Amino acid sequence: MAQYAHPEVLVTTAWVAQHGKDNNVRVVEVDVDTKAYDEGHVPGAIAWAWNTQLCDTTVRDILSKVQFQKLMTDSGIRKDTTVIIYGDSNNWFAAWALWQMKIYGHPDVRLMDGGRKKWISEGREMETKANPSTPSETYQASEPDLSIRAFLPQVQEAFKAGNTILIDVRSPQEFTGEILAPPGLPETCQRGGHIPGAHSVPWGKACNDDGTFKSLEQLQSLYGPEGADGSRPVIAYCRIGERSSHTWFVLKYLLGYDNVRNYDGSWTEWGNLVGAPVEKGVAQRAQA
Amino acid sequence: MKPEEYSERTIEIEGWPVHLVTYKLDGKYHAKADNVSPGANLARIVADTREEAENKAIERSRELLSRTRRHAV
Repeated sequence: MAQYAHPEVLVTTAWVAQHGKDNNVRVVEVDVDTKAYDEGHVPGAIAWAWNTQLCDTTVRDILSKVQFQKLMTDSGIRKDTTVIIYGDSNNWFAAWALWQMKIYGHPDVRLMDGGRKKWISEGREMETKANPSTPSETYQASEPDLSIRAFLPQVQEAFKAGNTILIDVRSPQEFTGEILAPPGLPETCQRGGHIPGAHSVPWGKACNDDGTFKSLEQLQSLYGPEGADGSRPVIAYCRIGERSSHTWFVLKYLLGYDNVRNYDGSWTEWGNLVGAPVEKGVAQRAQA
Repeated sequence: MKPEEYSERTIEIEGWPVHLVTYKLDGKYHAKADNVSPGANLARIVADTREEAENKAIERSRELLSRTRRHAV
């Protein structure tokens, strides 16, 4: 891990096995499949449900500062707690949770490299009992750091100006418009395709078969040819912003690029927007 | 308790690749299917035998994937 620009944002499964129950460490599982935790989890871990605890359930938005502070307080997390997040699907929603913790300025939050898959495949100890949290003193979050979040107007401006690299991290079939949602899931947009000029780099290409992140050199080789080499701003998007938070994490912390944003409105916003330009098929640039 | 007999493989269902992971935990077999490139969960089954867990996961995946429409591009 030392090869990465910010190796301090990752821990290994072995590290968690050794330190997961340390006094100043809180391990949190965040899964795509919100029932996975109940079947077995890292000893001592608590769980956050992405669809009820990591978003505003009335307005489509991430947690407000007040909601975030309550989640941290209820979870027994203090400002000086080292938070280790892991989950299924190679840390999809774990990265989503980390992104929000960074927005609200939590100093020390890390991903367990390889996530739930690696922990299980290594045959490590698990437990099924829930781990109730002892609330901490009221957590004081920082004002939101919106430099790592892209809103629609910023994406529209980036599209017009052409000075920002747009990375579409969905599957190739979603990118071309062949399907309107991941296979097996309900369609959630009116139009298929991608933002014109976007580069297709499916999120999973950043991972090895065991769920861990690829090496620095491999990641540079993956994103560099698409223009994401640190010299220009990057905006990553997917369908609802969780897969792109995984790519955001890779670009921001493993490759160390300064100007990287996650567009969490993503295709469920752009693909439903009246008048928004859409490109179908493979990227025009790639055909040239 | 520790997970045992971990296995994973990719199979094709309804023309889509499906990633199937199975392991034994606390005497039960857990089978999980996801749709590979997106990685979204399709099925999560717990059963007494590996065969039963995998067959049910495959069947549930087939139900969901059969509804996926392919659009002309």
